[in-house]
Amino acid sequence: MRDSGHTRSQRLMSPEDIERTLRGIARGIAEIEGGFDDLALVGIRRRGVPLAQRLQHLLSPSRPDAIPLGQLDITLYRDDLSSLGPQPIIGPTDLPFDVDGRTIVLVDDVIFTGRTVRAALEALVSYGRPHAVRLAVLVDRGHREYPIQPDAVGLRVETDPNQVIEVRLTETDGQECVDLLTPDPSPPTEA
Amino acid sequence: MASSPTSQREAKVRPKPVAGFAHRHLLDLDVLSREDIERILHDAAGFKDVFTRTVKKLPTLRGKTVVNLFFENSTRTRTSFELAAKRLSADVLNFAVSTSSVAKGESLLDTVRTIRALGADVIVMRHGSAGTPHLLAERLPNLSIINAGDGCHAHPTQGLLDMFTILEKRERIEGLQVVILGDILHSRVARSNIWGLRTMGAKVRVVGPKTLIPRGIEAMGVEVCHDLREGLQDADVINILRIQRERMTQNFFPSIREYTLLYGLTEERLRQWAKPDALVMHPGPINRGIEIGQAVADGPQSTIEEQVTNGVAVRMAVLYLLCGGSE
Repeated sequence: MRDSGHTRSQRLMSPEDIERTLRGIARGIAEIEGGFDDLALVGIRRRGVPLAQRLQHLLSPSRPDAIPLGQLDITLYRDDLSSLGPQPIIGPTDLPFDVDGRTIVLVDDVIFTGRTVRAALEALVSYGRPHAVRLAVLVDRGHREYPIQPDAVGLRVETDPNQVIEVRLTETDGQECVDLLTPDPSPPTEA
Repeated sequence: MASSPTSQREAKVRPKPVAGFAHRHLLDLDVLSREDIERILHDAAGFKDVFTRTVKKLPTLRGKTVVNLFFENSTRTRTSFELAAKRLSADVLNFAVSTSSVAKGESLLDTVRTIRALGADVIVMRHGSAGTPHLLAERLPNLSIINAGDGCHAHPTQGLLDMFTILEKRERIEGLQVVILGDILHSRVARSNIWGLRTMGAKVRVVGPKTLIPRGIEAMGVEVCHDLREGLQDADVINILRIQRERMTQNFFPSIREYTLLYGLTEERLRQWAKPDALVMHPGPINRGIEIGQAVADGPQSTIEEQVTNGVAVRMAVLYLLCGGSE
């Protein structure tokens, strides 16, 4: 445990843990799918994108490009776009392959309520009719609000709803770790 | 213009848009900052991407109601707004003046109160008198008002879609020489373009007969030129305005024929007087053979059809941003 401000932080995964976990996820995907002929990996922005890219290399080390890779921005499909705050900036979506008939593995860093995945599914089907959609996540922290479950999971963690799972990846954050942040329940009284 | 390869490459790196968009209404471009305009153009690119999908529809404004309230005839702007709202899953109502109670003597404010009572979130409004959308925005602050053209004053979404088209074709706006050609006096498109382009750092020159260029327009930061050949020479963009015969209450030029002779952009003039890669824009509807030559309108430099497509994307971005909260 280390303290930073009024939040306690617990390291869940080191860079080595993340690498090992992704190998496990890749094995899981390979087991479910058998072959990669009609497979495509789609990362949910932002941190799902580098994870999908790493899985692509783990699944097909000699010819990564044999498995098409895409990225999905779910901003416009969120169910919490409301008058509460300014609208989020729209990120790029890029699916450089035909979605019809493919088996698509959605990749994200953390699954929590399941709302992001629900939005991703809606975004995905606006491009076509996939044969099947699977879900791979690095961390499952529970507290689902939709009947959505991952097919391949790196790490399952028991959490309180007010805790935060912080995933940092070299490509997006310049460092590599997974931390569990717990807000201090009794902030010190002001002096 | 001598610019190094490095500076050209840097110009292509678009700044990351800022997160906030603190406007409830879109009345004109003069109140938008450069960051606001960049944000709209950035999001519009995201919405244009949707047009390539199998399902050209987003759930983003589900449950919102957008009302098109048009006191002047318009087909293209109204249908563009209608399609933009529908592609965002909003419910759309069209109020045209000839079929509504306004014809029965209802006041403007009462008409809008009625529309508000129907549950409208956004009113897209076109009116023949300048300032009408501003008045409504002041009186009914909990609605979002989008100005879709008020008299000869402003047409902000046209200015935005023109800038979006320029940005898409040239990858920058700053430093470009834009010529606005024709009837500047009656043109809300010209005014909104000037505000926006100046904010984005473009150089703007208005070209047309003395009678159709308002006196004192230099105060908006534009150069004035009355000779077509001279006006076109270093233009990166030529935005041609329609001769609006319906707005002309007096004789601003001797005849249409003479206007065409002096200011019509023919294929020959474009080839001889303008840069070979100058973009030719027109907000439509075009008067072929009057302000724009047949071959120019259909030529490779013309962006006229692209502007129509871009209009839907830009209007989607505006609807999306105005439907968010300000804090």
